[in-house]
Amino acid sequence: MEAKSHIKVRNLNVYYGSAHILKDITIDIPEKKITAIIGPSGCGKTTLLKCFNRLIDLQDNVMLTGQVFVDDTDIFDNSTEVIQLRKKMGLLFQKPQILPMSIYDNVAYGPRIHGLKNNKKLSEIVQHYLQEVSLWEEVKDRLHDSAARLSVGQQQRLCLARGLANEPEIVLGDEPTYALDPISAEKIEKKFLELRKNYTIVLVTHILRQAKRLADYVVFLYLGNLIEQGPAEEVFSNPRDSKTQSYLSGQFITSA
Amino acid sequence: MIKRRKLVELFFVSLMKVATFIVVGSLFYIIITIFIKGLPAINLAMLIQTPKGGYYLGKEGGILNAILGSLLLGISSSLLALMISLPIVFYLNIYLKKASRFALIIRFSFDVLFGIPSIVYGAFGFTLMMFMGIQASLLAAIITVALLILPIMTRSMDEILKTVPFELKEISYALGATKLETSLKVILRQTFPGILTAFLISFGRGISDAASVLFTAGFTDLLPYSLFKPVATLPLAIFFQLATPFPEVQQRGYAAALVLTIIILIVSIGSRISLKKFTRQVLK
Ligand SMILES: Nc1ncnc2c1ncn2[C@@H]1O[C@H](COP(=O)(O)OP(=O)(O)OP(=O)(O)O)[C@@H](O)[C@H]1O
Ligand SMILES: [Mg+2]
Repeated sequence: MEAKSHIKVRNLNVYYGSAHILKDITIDIPEKKITAIIGPSGCGKTTLLKCFNRLIDLQDNVMLTGQVFVDDTDIFDNSTEVIQLRKKMGLLFQKPQILPMSIYDNVAYGPRIHGLKNNKKLSEIVQHYLQEVSLWEEVKDRLHDSAARLSVGQQQRLCLARGLANEPEIVLGDEPTYALDPISAEKIEKKFLELRKNYTIVLVTHILRQAKRLADYVVFLYLGNLIEQGPAEEVFSNPRDSKTQSYLSGQFITSA
Repeated sequence: MIKRRKLVELFFVSLMKVATFIVVGSLFYIIITIFIKGLPAINLAMLIQTPKGGYYLGKEGGILNAILGSLLLGISSSLLALMISLPIVFYLNIYLKKASRFALIIRFSFDVLFGIPSIVYGAFGFTLMMFMGIQASLLAAIITVALLILPIMTRSMDEILKTVPFELKEISYALGATKLETSLKVILRQTFPGILTAFLISFGRGISDAASVLFTAGFTDLLPYSLFKPVATLPLAIFFQLATPFPEVQQRGYAAALVLTIIILIVSIGSRISLKKFTRQVLK
């Protein structure tokens, strides 16, 4: 399976003040596959994800070295348009983060800021992507109600629809099923498996079984170090590093 | 042991209740006093007429000049302050980073300005007026009152913008929005109820301040008709009437105070009601 890599991380270091958070990370994230980033809490998974769409720029006294290439352009290069970069990526948080507006306006937000004004087209887009995440039937009669009234599971699907409405190439999920009940979580997982045909998916997850169910490619981080990466079958059935072995079998990682 | 803990609990709860009572009690005491003293002197003529000659000695007329003047002054100065506050608070909260030293300096400046007594703003407004070569006028008063309420407005809006979840900004940026788009389409919407409240609190403060308009607004028996001419205001109408030795004029002073209090009550109650309408879409 020689897939083209969509995101290439090269010797990436991230520091918050004097704390060295990500240490010399080099990763190749394959195109149109699901890549799971796993590792214990605090190992830097969210930080890595936020480097990809440069949300990391918003942080106070953060320092970066190294490079990240998306579609072979260096995203930290001065000539890179951060707006274009972000438009390429849909993002899901642990807790669904809806915008303080109606269901309709949530989905239309991205297309609108990127210049689409035609109301008929917007309505089509809203319907299409709400259908895409199987939310349309549940909300079609109250599109102009506040999105805050949806259930958490519905909100997360709305967030996915909103991200997809931007026509990204990449979907980033930071433990997107974390706040959801098992049934809503399963809906999201199924959606991810369908999306894999057309999108590159990077999924941060704490749930090993979820990683096993979904991932084609696995990246294991530990204390800011990249311990292991590879095709999912290999990493799960035959981990090379002892730390990965311990983590996968649910033991404490002893050797530091 | 448990008994002792319960006693301590009881003691502190009682303290909280007493403190609350002091606040609510004084509000009602003030309002009732003004009603009792002002109500007998209030009449329709007072609300729809301007002072005739000798009004302040007990003759015919009303304080429509001061009511309109104060409303005009309150609204214009709040709007002027809003036009300055909004950019500042968005700059502070959206454009500057949290640990920014510049932000620290700005916030500190507003805290200092906040503590400056309004008579000093009045004096400053007066020198500014001299400098600009204009006389005591509606315009001078608008500028002075706007400066007076600017720190109140800015600091309360700043506190409101600070409550916006970081993730909300992040998700808007993640969708490719610029900071300006995020400010106008997301943050403003999310904080609108709070911003409206801050605006109305400042309006209440501006319309009721006497010291800042003492030198800058002047006073006149005429209805406001020009930005560059003196304007009558309720706080000064109250002040002048209460300062006379005639009981019936003093009573009119209380009636004027009642009018001012009612304006402020209407604004606060109206804002409470309208807030409900605007909080529908806001994330809790
Ligand atoms: N803004 C910040 N300033 C300073 N340190 C930070 C900041 N954000 C994160 N960190 C630190 O960076 C490290 C990595 O954080 P990160 O959120 O990337 O971990 P994570 O792997 O996503 O953890 P979790 O699984 O709990 O979400 C942690 O030690 C955290 O304390
Ligand atoms: Mg995380």
